[in-house]
Amino acid sequence: MAKHQLKGGKKTLTNSDLITVENLIKYFPVYSRGVLLKKQVGIVHAVDNISFNIKRKETFGLVGESGCGKTTTARVILNLIEPTSGEAFFEGENIFEKFQSSNKKEKLKLRREMQLIFQNPYGSLDPRMTVFDIISEPFVIHKHVPKSQWKEKVYELLELVGLEEYHAERYPHEFSGGQRQRICIARVLAVEPKFLIADEPVSSLDVSIRAQILNLLGELQERIGLTYLYISHDLSSVRQISHRVAVMYLGEIVELADTDELFKKPLQPYTKALIQAVPIPDPKAKTMKNVLSGEVPSPINPPSGCRFHPRCPIATEKCPKEKPKLINKGHAHYVACHYA
Amino acid sequence: MTENILNIEGLKTYFFTEAGIVKAVDDISFNLKKNESLGLVGESGSGKTVTALSVLRIVPKPGKIIDGKVEFNGDDLLEKTEKEMQKMRGSEIAIIFQDPSSSLNPVYNVETQLRDVILAHQTVPKAETRKKVIELLEVVGIPEAETRMREYPHQFSGGMKQRVAIARALACEPTLLFADEPTTNLDVTIQAQVLNLLNDLKKKFNMSLVMITHDMGIIAEMTTRIVVLYAGRVCEIAKTHDLFERPRHPYTEALLAAVPRLDMKKTLRIIPGNIPNLIEPPSGCRFHPRCKHAKNTCKEKIPVLEEIEPEHFVACHEWQNISLKGERKH
Repeated sequence: MAKHQLKGGKKTLTNSDLITVENLIKYFPVYSRGVLLKKQVGIVHAVDNISFNIKRKETFGLVGESGCGKTTTARVILNLIEPTSGEAFFEGENIFEKFQSSNKKEKLKLRREMQLIFQNPYGSLDPRMTVFDIISEPFVIHKHVPKSQWKEKVYELLELVGLEEYHAERYPHEFSGGQRQRICIARVLAVEPKFLIADEPVSSLDVSIRAQILNLLGELQERIGLTYLYISHDLSSVRQISHRVAVMYLGEIVELADTDELFKKPLQPYTKALIQAVPIPDPKAKTMKNVLSGEVPSPINPPSGCRFHPRCPIATEKCPKEKPKLINKGHAHYVACHYA
Repeated sequence: MTENILNIEGLKTYFFTEAGIVKAVDDISFNLKKNESLGLVGESGSGKTVTALSVLRIVPKPGKIIDGKVEFNGDDLLEKTEKEMQKMRGSEIAIIFQDPSSSLNPVYNVETQLRDVILAHQTVPKAETRKKVIELLEVVGIPEAETRMREYPHQFSGGMKQRVAIARALACEPTLLFADEPTTNLDVTIQAQVLNLLNDLKKKFNMSLVMITHDMGIIAEMTTRIVVLYAGRVCEIAKTHDLFERPRHPYTEALLAAVPRLDMKKTLRIIPGNIPNLIEPPSGCRFHPRCKHAKNTCKEKIPVLEEIEPEHFVACHEWQNISLKGERKH
């Protein structure tokens, strides 16, 4: 990935990237039990030195199994938790530096640009607020819409996500899961963000409703030019919605490529296994041939060298000794494997 | 013709809640052949799980089986006494639940939980139960079974817990196994392991399997025949290949078109609207408010399940007048 020149926290824009993440690391210390004498007994390597960039109006997919660091990556980019080290840039501005500075106005401005949709629309809506209050709350905080226009704006947002005006007076419990997710999306759009992180936005929804939300996200991207970081463990939905995909394993990116390229010509053994493990809704398509044995090791003591080597069918002596670098194999197809 | 191990006829299970009567399962009929893998497909609230619970007669309150017949090897299970049912559960018919963390008892170690199942149905000396428990854990692929059986559920990972739950279900070698979303909580690579294991064990123990899921991929992979449920009723029953290639019910078609595929990019067609409320379900065909082919008769008359070609049943008034597209790789 392109090297950027740092100039006092600002980065010269060289390309069309909206988000750039460089050498991001997030470790969580693990403490022993005890109130007075807490001792650090280990480190969870949640996100370990990952770099990627997201272009404008692009959907960037981040896939991996549970515990691979997808959600931690999202939370660090939004500075909901502080990174251990590394940088992240939004339109060339250093996100972490901005949030560390005490200028509240600047922080709020950046918050408006980057928003998050959560997995569970049952837990992320306040049950005691009406839909109108929920969607207009961002106006209270950011003060970017005069009160006289709230109603109009809320109706506009409801229409945008496929809900009706009369829904505004209702409470979250009166809605189904899919409709609640639409409310969440409307609330997020209320601040007119440029960048949206969708963390498993359809996992808790029924199959027929999933398609509705996936299509809605696609439509919104076309209509208002949003950029997404789409996080999911569901490869089929990632394939459906993403332009480029990064595969994570135990805190590291092991492969990154254009969606079609990645799914048609996966190079990393883990990516291959992951793709083969997904059952295809077609009895003629035979999958699940080479099932990966074993489970994902603990991120507290990740395996040495290539972290996938204990489960890898083609691992050799070199793999536990040397960590493979993420290398461009042509057509911007990045792979971390000694034998890809 | 192979013999049917299970015959469900006109099963109705309602839940009597304060808000009203929830018709969770409303006149469902299908059968299961010996050694068959049958898929029960549907979205939440379609009645898949309640059907399984009704067969085992473990429907939680305020649910009640109102009507119907559940014949297991020719005997109607709904006529049996509770005591007789207790003998059947676990030994003849077993079930694996979605969430192994909540279906295993956290205060007993794995050996105790498996031993209890064995001792409930068989008189075996203690030394032999231990041997049997080790054997079972080995069958489901748990390494170092002898040490691990002394551990508690929380010491196992999600996939391993589900293996323990499978071992418990198989402890008395049942002839009929219900697997209710057995892999929904698992990661894909672990899901593939568990599904392969279920397939192997089904062959090994000569079981008939009812696979309950909303995942069309798992259904395609695991089953030979499918029952599609919608809002407590059967829409369509067909062989797996037939159903995917030539769905005859608009809901089946819509469901297939709404699911993304890993092996190709496709335009997702959405099913408009939401899953109906089962306290006041739509009149006539329950799918009619969301169906693009719906006519007036669909609102008024409940469609009956008819056999339109050998082993292909569909409950739709309009099936002759519409042509539907299946799932095919282009």
